[in-house]
Amino acid sequence: MTNFVQRRKLFLTITGILILLSLAALVASAVLFQGQALRISTDFAGGTMFVLHFVKPALESDIRGVFADHDQTGAIVQQLGAVEDNTWQVRTRFTDADEVEQILEDLDATVGTIDRRLSNWSIVEPTVGAQVAKQAALAVSVASAVVLTFIWYSFRRVPNPIRYGVVTIVAMLVNVVISLGFYALMGILHGWEADALFLTALLTVIGFSVQDLIVVFDRIRENIPRHRSESFEMIVNRSVAETVVRSLATQLNAMFVMVAILLFGGATIKPFIAVMLIGMVSETYTSLCVAVPLLVVWEEHSHLPRRATA
Amino acid sequence: MEKRTYDRNEGLTRNRFIAISVLAVVAIYLVAPLPHPEWLSSLLFWRPEGMRTLDFQLGLDLRGGIQVLLVADLEPGQELVPGAMGTARKIIENRVNALGLTEPVVQIQGTDRIVVEIPGVDNPAQAVATIRETSLLEFVEPPSGVSSQSLVAGNVVRTTYAMTDTTLITSSESVTQTPLFTTILAGGDLERAYATRNSTTSEPVVAINFTKAGTRTFADYTATHVGKVLCMVLDKEILSCPRISTSIPDGRAVIKGNYTMQSAVQLALQLQYGALPVPLRIESYESIGPSLGSISVEKSIRAGAVGLAVVFIFMLLYYRFNGLAADLALALYVVLNLLVYKLIPVTLTLPGIAGFLLSVGMAVDANILVFERMKEELRRGATLNRAAESGFSRAWTSVRDSNIATLLTCVILYMFGSAFAASLVKGFAITLALGTLINLFTAIVVTRTLIRMVFGVLETWLQDRPWLLGLGRGND
Repeated sequence: MTNFVQRRKLFLTITGILILLSLAALVASAVLFQGQALRISTDFAGGTMFVLHFVKPALESDIRGVFADHDQTGAIVQQLGAVEDNTWQVRTRFTDADEVEQILEDLDATVGTIDRRLSNWSIVEPTVGAQVAKQAALAVSVASAVVLTFIWYSFRRVPNPIRYGVVTIVAMLVNVVISLGFYALMGILHGWEADALFLTALLTVIGFSVQDLIVVFDRIRENIPRHRSESFEMIVNRSVAETVVRSLATQLNAMFVMVAILLFGGATIKPFIAVMLIGMVSETYTSLCVAVPLLVVWEEHSHLPRRATA
Repeated sequence: MEKRTYDRNEGLTRNRFIAISVLAVVAIYLVAPLPHPEWLSSLLFWRPEGMRTLDFQLGLDLRGGIQVLLVADLEPGQELVPGAMGTARKIIENRVNALGLTEPVVQIQGTDRIVVEIPGVDNPAQAVATIRETSLLEFVEPPSGVSSQSLVAGNVVRTTYAMTDTTLITSSESVTQTPLFTTILAGGDLERAYATRNSTTSEPVVAINFTKAGTRTFADYTATHVGKVLCMVLDKEILSCPRISTSIPDGRAVIKGNYTMQSAVQLALQLQYGALPVPLRIESYESIGPSLGSISVEKSIRAGAVGLAVVFIFMLLYYRFNGLAADLALALYVVLNLLVYKLIPVTLTLPGIAGFLLSVGMAVDANILVFERMKEELRRGATLNRAAESGFSRAWTSVRDSNIATLLTCVILYMFGSAFAASLVKGFAITLALGTLINLFTAIVVTRTLIRMVFGVLETWLQDRPWLLGLGRGND
C-alpha cells in the first residue's frame, strides 16, 4: 500500500516546483505584455476584435495600412490557422459599430474581398470589461466559499470537519494557480487570451476540485468507526488505496472526451477544453498528493502539544 | 438483509425494466431526425404557439448572426423612468421584426440593458442601423385593396420610408407578401408633440404640430384625399387609422388612442425628441458569419462521436459485463439529454455541447463508483447479488455528494453568466446541470435495474466466471 503521508516531502517538493513554474509563467507574461499576467481578451479589457476570412491571400502590411487609416496604429494583426485559410485576427481599441462597417468596406476595397459568412467580429466597451472582471472575481470567491461550506456540512459528523474543508480549499487554490500558469504559458506561446470561457473553465475546475476528495473523505468517514484500532494515518491511507482506482478510471473517461474535443472539435473552444483538461489532471494530483497528506499532518500536529478542540 | 430486499423487489425490477424500455423507445423516436407528425409538436403546451417544434435550437455561435447589447445612456443624476426599458424593448422588437428575419430575440437584461440577438443575419450593418434608429412617427397611406381589419392599432406594417436598400426585405418571403404603405410624412416633419386632453371628451391625446414644409405637404395631401384613410404609424406599428374628414391647412393633428395621461406624455416625449423613452448606447456588438456556425456543428458532432466511442469501449473492456450495462445506461443518458434539449428547449451553443460531452465523461463516474464497490465486495467473498446491492447502496453517499458539488458549480456558473449576458457561460452551465440530474436517473436506476435483471437469471453462471465482471485472477 503506497503511503501517501510518508512521501509527503516528495509531493510537497513537486507541488512547490509546479507552483513556482506557474508563477514564473505568469510573471513572464506580465513582463512581455505590459503587466498582463494573462493576456486579457476583449471580453474583459474592452476593444474590438475581428476574425476576417479573405477570399484571396491578403498582405499583412495592407491590413495594417487600412487600420492605420482609421487611427488604429496599435492594431495587433495575426494570421490564424494555415496560410491557405486566408484568415486574420485583428485586435484594436474600441470602435463603434458604424466604424466597424467602414473598416470592413475599406478592407474590401484595399486588401481584398472579405467572406462575411466565414468572418466574425465583436466590440466591447471598456467599462463592460471592468464589470466582467469584478463579476469574475466574485464568482471565484463565491465558488470557493460554497465548496468550503458544503464539505464542512457533509462531514459534520467526522471529528474536525473544518479541516476537510480547509485542505480542499488549499488543493483547489493549487489547481487554480497551475491552471492560470498553464494559460499564461499558452498566452506566451500561442497568444491564448483569458475570456469568459476561460473563466467558465476555471470555475468548473474549482467545482470539480472536490469530486475526488469527496469520495476519499467519504471513505475515511466510513472507515473511522470500522477500524478503531488503527491510527488516523493508516485509515487515511487505506481509504486512498481503496478509492484510487475509481478516481483514475473516472478521470480517464473525462479525459477521453476532452482529448477528442481537442483533436476534432472547433478551434474556438480549444483553449477552454485545454485548461479544463489541465485542471482535471492537476485536480487528481492535488487531491491525492496535497490535500490528503495535509489532512494527516494537521491531525498529527494537533496531537503533539495538546488535544485539539474541534 | 440485502438478499431479502432483492427477492421482494423482483416484480418491481421487471416493471421498472419494462418502463425503462418504453421510455427508451419513445425517446429514441422523438430524438431521431425523422419527420414527426404535427400533433406531436403541438403537445408542447409550455412553449409559445409558433415555437412548438421538435427541432434543436442552435445558438448564435452555431448558426451565425448578431448580438447587440444596449445599455441605458443616462446623464449623471438622471434616473430610469419605471417602464421605460419595457417600452424601449417593445419598440426595438417591432423594428427588428420589421426586418423579417427568423426568431429574433429582444430581452431586458438586469435593470438597464437590452440584449438583441438576430440569428442568421446576412447584412449585420443594416440590422445594427435598424436597432439604433430613433423612434419614428410616420403618416402613411394604406395600399389599395388592404382590408380594414388589418388597419387596427398594434399591427406592424411595412412602409416606404427611407427604403433604398430592398435586398434585405426581399430576402424573406413572409415580408414580401405583406402590403407596402406609402409614407406621406415622417418624424422629420414634426415640430412639436405634447400631451393634452380632448376638449370635448377630456380623453388624453397627443397633439402634434408640423414644420412649415410638413404643414404644406399635409394640407395638400388632406385636401386631395378627403374621405380616405390615413394611418399614423410609430416604429412600423399602427397607432390609429382615422378617416380624413376635411383638409387640414394649419399643420395640426391629434393622435387618439387608449392613452392614460402618463402614456400620452411618454409618447409625446418620444415623438418630440425622436428617440426611445430612454437613450440607449451600444455596449457590445458581436457578429458571427453563418458558415462558421455550420462548420462548428460538424466538428462538434465528430468530436462527440469519437469521445463517446472511446468511453463506451473503455467501460466495456474494463468492467466487462457491468460495463455493458453501464454502456446501455449511458446510451439512454445521451438520448434523454438530447430529448430534454428538444423539449424545453435548450439553446445549444459550442460550450453547451462541450458541457454535454463532458457530462457524459462524468456520467460514468457514478457507475465506476458502484462497480469498484461491487468488486471489493466480491473479493471479500460476497455472493453476486449481495455484492451488487451493497455496491449500489454503499456508493450512494459518494455519488450524491459529488453530484451535489457539480450542481452547485453549475448554479454559480449560471449566475455568473446571467450577470453580463454571457449566454455561452449559461449554455455550458445548463447542459452540465441537466446532464448531472439525468445521470442520477440513468446511472443509478437504469444500471441497477439492468444488473438486477441479468443477475437474477445468470447468477450462478456469472459467479463462476469472475473475469466477466472485470475481476482478475488473484492479482486484482
